[in-house]
Amino acid sequence: MDNILELKNINKIYGNGEFKTQVLYDVNLNIEKGSFNSIIGESGSGKSTLLNIIGTLDKPTSGEVHINNIRTDSMKRAELADLRNQTLGFIFQFHYLLPEFTAFENILIPYLMKNSKPSKEIVERANELIELVGLTKVKNNLATKMSGGQQQRTAIARALINNPAIILADEPTGNLDSDTTEKIYTLLRKVNESFGTTFIIITHDRRIAEKADRNIEIKDGRINIDILR
Amino acid sequence: MLLPFKIALRFLKSSKGQTILITLGIAIGVSVQLFIGLLIQGLQASLVDKTVGSTSHITISSAETDKNIDNYADIIQTVSAIDGIKVASASLDKTAFIVVEGAEGQNDSSEYILVRGLTLDKADTIYKFSDSFIDKSTMNMPSLPNEVIVGKEFSETLGYTVGNQFEISIATRDSYKTETVTITGIFDLKVSSLNKTWVVSDINTVQDLFDTGTIASTIEIQLLDVFASDTILPEVTAALPPASLLRAVDWKAQNESLLSGLNGQTISSLMIQVFVVISVVLSIASVLIISVIQRQKQIGILKAMGIKDGMSSIIFLTQGFLLGLMGAIVGLLLGILLIVAFTTFALNPDGTPLIPMKLDPGFIALSGAIAITASTLASLLPAAKSKNLNPIEVIRNG
Ligand SMILES: Nc1ncnc2c1ncn2[C@@H]1O[C@H](COP(=O)(O)OP(=O)(O)OP(=O)(O)O)[C@@H](O)[C@H]1O
Ligand SMILES: [Mg+2]
Repeated sequence: MDNILELKNINKIYGNGEFKTQVLYDVNLNIEKGSFNSIIGESGSGKSTLLNIIGTLDKPTSGEVHINNIRTDSMKRAELADLRNQTLGFIFQFHYLLPEFTAFENILIPYLMKNSKPSKEIVERANELIELVGLTKVKNNLATKMSGGQQQRTAIARALINNPAIILADEPTGNLDSDTTEKIYTLLRKVNESFGTTFIIITHDRRIAEKADRNIEIKDGRINIDILR
Repeated sequence: MLLPFKIALRFLKSSKGQTILITLGIAIGVSVQLFIGLLIQGLQASLVDKTVGSTSHITISSAETDKNIDNYADIIQTVSAIDGIKVASASLDKTAFIVVEGAEGQNDSSEYILVRGLTLDKADTIYKFSDSFIDKSTMNMPSLPNEVIVGKEFSETLGYTVGNQFEISIATRDSYKTETVTITGIFDLKVSSLNKTWVVSDINTVQDLFDTGTIASTIEIQLLDVFASDTILPEVTAALPPASLLRAVDWKAQNESLLSGLNGQTISSLMIQVFVVISVVLSIASVLIISVIQRQKQIGILKAMGIKDGMSSIIFLTQGFLLGLMGAIVGLLLGILLIVAFTTFALNPDGTPLIPMKLDPGFIALSGAIAITASTLASLLPAAKSKNLNPIEVIRNG
């Protein structure tokens, strides 16, 4: 199978001079297209740092990041913006919806960055995604007028709207109850199977990690265990 | 590409209180700027009108003292064809005196007068004699030979009224002669020296009384716009017969202190307006910078989702533009209301406005345009802040 993502000798050092702290050490990692991966590890081990580097939000101090065989760590800001908009979908622990917009509008925002008006097809797609994440009843609520779980599901639908190749999720269920967590993982798995979307998910929940195709454990900035199931 | 506008609008809508306050702030700035600007404009217009509204704006006379203009009718004809000239009128000014009978036991005395022979219908446009008659129903401009009009002070000190005749003494080459004239009207030009000494008649009457033949001493010109004299004066000079030793002088040469006063006023008015605009700009900039900080999370997440830096700055430029637009509309309405109220309620005892202000559409449009441009410029700084925001800061810190 093809690799959709390749990391080569990634180092990340924060700060400078006396206050330097190295967070990632020579990380090499390949992710297969269409796979469902979990990253686990202790708090402070460098998981979020790694995910942000993969998502082009952060730059490695040294090393190379290739997405779809294109090197991204030396791209310009405008190119990165395009890449994030078209190829990557983010789901963060704190859902980060725009509180001034409704659930439906939030979901369409990544699409509207490239197109001036929502087409009929995209409105249909948005409604399908809303259906998929079970938000039909609250789709016209402002983001602030929804429960935490509903907001997180809205963020998932938003991450999917442009049909990205990779979804990066940083503890997407970190502050949800276990029932909702279970439902959301089932949902992500379903998306993975039906759209062939690649998932890289940071989680603390071993039960969840066990459901992934591959478990990558980070320890002190290095890949400690890497198991294919 | 509509997204930034949509987001800007939504940001403004979702913090209504802030939006209303800043709009009001801009509006008050705009209305003050408009009011001050038009007030000073009105003040200057009325000052200029009071000072030179009823005088000659460009005067043609001989460059040599005591010389006259022979071919004045021709000159008036050519000069009248120049654009921007309201009226050109000939004038023949001569001094004479009148004998005032002394009271019982006192000697008679003589008073100097200035006999002004004018092309009356045209000169009336300049001096507005007929409008300034102290009793319009019984008074007329001279129409027959040897008819004159005199000033209010003149008629009061001598006890003359309409219909009275009096004698004027005119110096001739070796002695003097006496002529009788009839008063048809008494004017009040609001300047007592003129009211005291002017005896105004038709130019032909004065030519006959003084045996001068058809000459004039000056040609007086009034312009449609007094400030156009800068461009019209050279045209008038060029229209004078060559080698005639005539010269044209405009009102500015005789009103330097008025002009420097006007200049000072214009500068201080501009200063006030500029500072009002600056304070508007600063307040918008500060509110929008706070708004960028408030919306940092939203900007960060938009960038994570791939919004271009340019679009993220358009969000704030649009907010600045919209705030300026709303502020300008409300401010112009407020300013116009203020001006209408001021000209309706702040009145002279005679019911005319204390300071006549004109709602100059050009100036109003300019005020609005300045407010909108300034607000948009004020949002440049917040826009740059938004442009440079790195999403990782927001993502990392929650
Ligand atoms: N901006 C920064 N400057 C300096 N050090 C940083 C910075 N950001 C993160 N770190 C350090 O890098 C290390 C890794 O942080 P990271 O957020 O990647 O951990 P994590 O594995 O995601 O932890 P958690 O499970 O708690 O989210 C931590 O020790 C943290 O203190
Ligand atoms: Mg983390």
